[in-house]
Amino acid sequence: MRRSAKEAEESARRITRRALFLGGAQAAIVAVLGLRMRHMQVEEADTFRLLAEENRVSIRLIPPARGQIFDRAGVLIAGNEPNYRVVITREDARDVAAVLERLARLIPLTPEDIERTLAETRRRSPFVPITVADRLTWEELARVSVNAPALPGVTPEVGLSRYYPLVEDFAHVAGYVGPVSEADLARYETPDPVLQVPKFQIGKVGVERMMEDVLRGQAGSRRIEVNAAGRVMRELDRREGTRGADIRLTVDAALQSYVQARLGAESASAVVMDCATGDLLAIASSPGYDPNLFVRGISSADYRRLLDDDHRPLSNKSVQGAYPPGSTFKMVTALAALEAGVITPETVVRCPGHYEAGGRRFHCWKRGGHGPVNLVRSLSESCDVYYYDIAQRVGIDAIARMAERLGLGVRHDLPMSAVAEGLNPDRQWKRERRGQEWRIGDTINAAIGQGYVLSSPLQLAVMTARLATGRAVKPRLIAAVDDVPVPVPEAPPLGLTPSHLAAIRQGMYEVTNSRNGTAHSSRSVDRAMLIAGKTGTSQVRNISEAERARGVLRNDQLPWNRRDHALYVCYAPHDAPRVAVSVVVEHGGGGSAAAAPIARDIILHALTGGLPPLTAYPESQRNRIETDQRNLRLRPIAEGAGAGRTRA
Amino acid sequence: MSYLEYSVKRVPTGLVKVLHLNWALVVVLVAIAGFGFLMLTSVAGGRVEVWAEPQMKRFVVGMALMFAVAFVPIWFWRNMAGLAYLTALVLLVAVDVVGHVGMGAQRWLNLGFMRLQPSELMKIALVMMLAAYYDWLPLDKTSRPLWVMVPVALTLVPTALVVVQPDLGTAILLVLLGGAVMLTAGVHWAYFATVIALAAGAVAAVFASRGTDWQLLRDYQFRRIDIFLDPGSDPLGAGYNISQAKIALGSGGWTGKGFMQGTQSRLNFLPEKHTDFIFTTLAEEFGFLGGFFLLTLYAVVVALCLATAIQSRDRFASILCVGVGVNFFLYFAINMAMVMGLAPVVGVPLPLVSYGGTAMLMLLLGFGLVQSAHVHRPR
Repeated sequence: MRRSAKEAEESARRITRRALFLGGAQAAIVAVLGLRMRHMQVEEADTFRLLAEENRVSIRLIPPARGQIFDRAGVLIAGNEPNYRVVITREDARDVAAVLERLARLIPLTPEDIERTLAETRRRSPFVPITVADRLTWEELARVSVNAPALPGVTPEVGLSRYYPLVEDFAHVAGYVGPVSEADLARYETPDPVLQVPKFQIGKVGVERMMEDVLRGQAGSRRIEVNAAGRVMRELDRREGTRGADIRLTVDAALQSYVQARLGAESASAVVMDCATGDLLAIASSPGYDPNLFVRGISSADYRRLLDDDHRPLSNKSVQGAYPPGSTFKMVTALAALEAGVITPETVVRCPGHYEAGGRRFHCWKRGGHGPVNLVRSLSESCDVYYYDIAQRVGIDAIARMAERLGLGVRHDLPMSAVAEGLNPDRQWKRERRGQEWRIGDTINAAIGQGYVLSSPLQLAVMTARLATGRAVKPRLIAAVDDVPVPVPEAPPLGLTPSHLAAIRQGMYEVTNSRNGTAHSSRSVDRAMLIAGKTGTSQVRNISEAERARGVLRNDQLPWNRRDHALYVCYAPHDAPRVAVSVVVEHGGGGSAAAAPIARDIILHALTGGLPPLTAYPESQRNRIETDQRNLRLRPIAEGAGAGRTRA
Repeated sequence: MSYLEYSVKRVPTGLVKVLHLNWALVVVLVAIAGFGFLMLTSVAGGRVEVWAEPQMKRFVVGMALMFAVAFVPIWFWRNMAGLAYLTALVLLVAVDVVGHVGMGAQRWLNLGFMRLQPSELMKIALVMMLAAYYDWLPLDKTSRPLWVMVPVALTLVPTALVVVQPDLGTAILLVLLGGAVMLTAGVHWAYFATVIALAAGAVAAVFASRGTDWQLLRDYQFRRIDIFLDPGSDPLGAGYNISQAKIALGSGGWTGKGFMQGTQSRLNFLPEKHTDFIFTTLAEEFGFLGGFFLLTLYAVVVALCLATAIQSRDRFASILCVGVGVNFFLYFAINMAMVMGLAPVVGVPLPLVSYGGTAMLMLLLGFGLVQSAHVHRPR
């Protein structure tokens, strides 16, 4: 509208004033914005930069390749094999169900596999690869690769997984690996972060578990850039880890497999030890199991089968088993008496077949008695009364000390699970643990390795090696770590009187080589491989007077689990001992019949490094032995050092 | 004095007008838009065709519109003010009835060739309408209560239509814009003081009522207000966007991480990175220097608008120029304050930089009016 000049002037002045005021206010706000920007981008820049880095950088661990386990000659016992698997990525597959259907025509996929994969792809982000199938054969993987164009989003992958080529032969020694459990984590004060990696596997049993820290190695890491959705954009840098150290065992795979096969289906165990070094050449327990089942995740049916088996395949009897050593303990009693000076090797005890003590009658295994018996004959014919008598003279405490010197009742330091301590009972032990006084009858039982005495097959082998050498040989299982040999400490002498040891050895020699020896039928006739041994039969039941009066039932008349344990210890060659062996056959009956023949085969194999030559056996047995050898199902072992030493 | 009175001979005519355009404003606008194209290329991972190219096309159209508007005498636009306001009002009603739902609110009409946001149109139309009103109103009536109620109503009607969309950001913008124009026109201070005091009192009353018997809002409404005011209290929900925006901005430092090197935007930690939050990418990649440079360009634009307003002897032109300047200022100030965590998150784009058609066209149309005022100012 029309305004007067004065009005227009007034309007312009007012607008200018207000415009300048608004301009000033706007300038002030711009200044605030600028200062705020400066504060955030200059003063607090470092904080925000750190936050931005935390946003984008994620650290992933690279699990190290696990160290491998070899036998003493380099035969692979536990290795890493490529594990072929197929993964699917939803965003690339688009129609996951259709792709899986096509995939199922190429590789075996159960409806459950497909169902699980579908569910997982729906749950996870579209770019996360989901494992469809694991442990494919090379052929299956090749089929998938060839058909890749028809299978969008499907990628073949290869990882490493543990495998045990010798299957059950080393199940108890090497053990197995499995997924990390809460209990595994609890074992460490500060668990290695790599243990949290999904599907990482940790040693569960045996050397795999006990040498876990050596075998595991050091995890590497890679810094990756991730976007807001967690998708990996690129790798920023990578620090390679260190693969776990390889371990070489003292065990001879060929011998171990032979021993395992020779024990067969019996519930039995055997230990073969080098007399000079203490190297465990074989440490077998049967029945075995397939450790590979555990690596793959054992089915509950398979696991139940293993648990329910009355032969206890999961138990490593050679070190975990604690048995009354029976007559194999007699060397201990004799040496205790000899060293205490209460008898000499020539001391004669009359055996009428029984022994009266503390108002009770104790029987010799031979009803009619042995008549006058000296030390050598007491061993070779295993007279019980002789030991009842000398044990009374020397006392239980001296016997327990001698047992300990010989390696019984001692937990030997081996990287194996649940190594048994055994038991050398004495007065103090009974007072403390049982709250009772030691009785005469207890000494008499202990004298022949019955009653409270408990020993493991490993301990019996150590005892035998110590008797054979007179030195405190210690068992060892690890020959080298990362190709660095573990030094063998020289075994110190036991400090036993040589003549006493000689008498014991003579007795053991006659066990197999004297016509009346309890293991005469299990002798070797090869002059270079003569065996000295000792049989043992340990009762798992008490024989009452009434039973004895009726006539003791023979073992084969009893149910399996009430039969006696059969034991045998031996070393060879008798004049220059190289190898000591112990064999325990649970509920096998008599030691001479059930355990000694096995031990002979094992020790001959250990000495010759192959199937025992028939010439070492008495002529009358050769036909049978030959048949047995032919029927033995042996696992073929790659010969020679380095064989199987491939690094997968 | 109105255009009808001063010597029309001294106003340039024909193509000579080109020489009298405010070329400084043109250069600054092109610089800002150029910065925008760079950022739209960056947030698209280096691809021009995703956002930068359509934006460039719109900018060219917008510039053509600006020049066309500039060549038309400013008095013509004053006569058009009522029509523009009514058109915008009708479109606002239309969008509430048949509009498309975008980001949970009805904001735009699909015209086939473009998506029209009537609320953007309304900002310029409101400024034109109020400027024309005060040009018509005798000066001595400016602060009379009855004559104050008219512009208040002219502002609140479109504001109400925007609120129901709901688009709180634009609503606030419209109220502030209307207030700024009224302030420029010379409405008495006491009105502004009263409104501010009443608003403060109402807010205080609402907050004071919390937890009492006479609580004015429900608990969940209070919680929403809490998160609105302090997004950090809900770091994974509403607070996620703003905290990521602050990280992007702050981590830029003095000189930034370099073009297309901003990890926050490239790795998608930033929300709405091509629209409302584009400034964070700019600040992340070009640092304080880049951000401050853009802020300076914006301030220059506002200053140029104010300068034209002061130079002009025409009441309509002066008020219009201040209004267009304030409108532009409110865009970038609210947007920047929002991404810097100084203001709550409301949907306001960064002018000429954020991807979006209507806002850019309308801003340039507004600058066309300023140019027209500049060209046709009395000498």
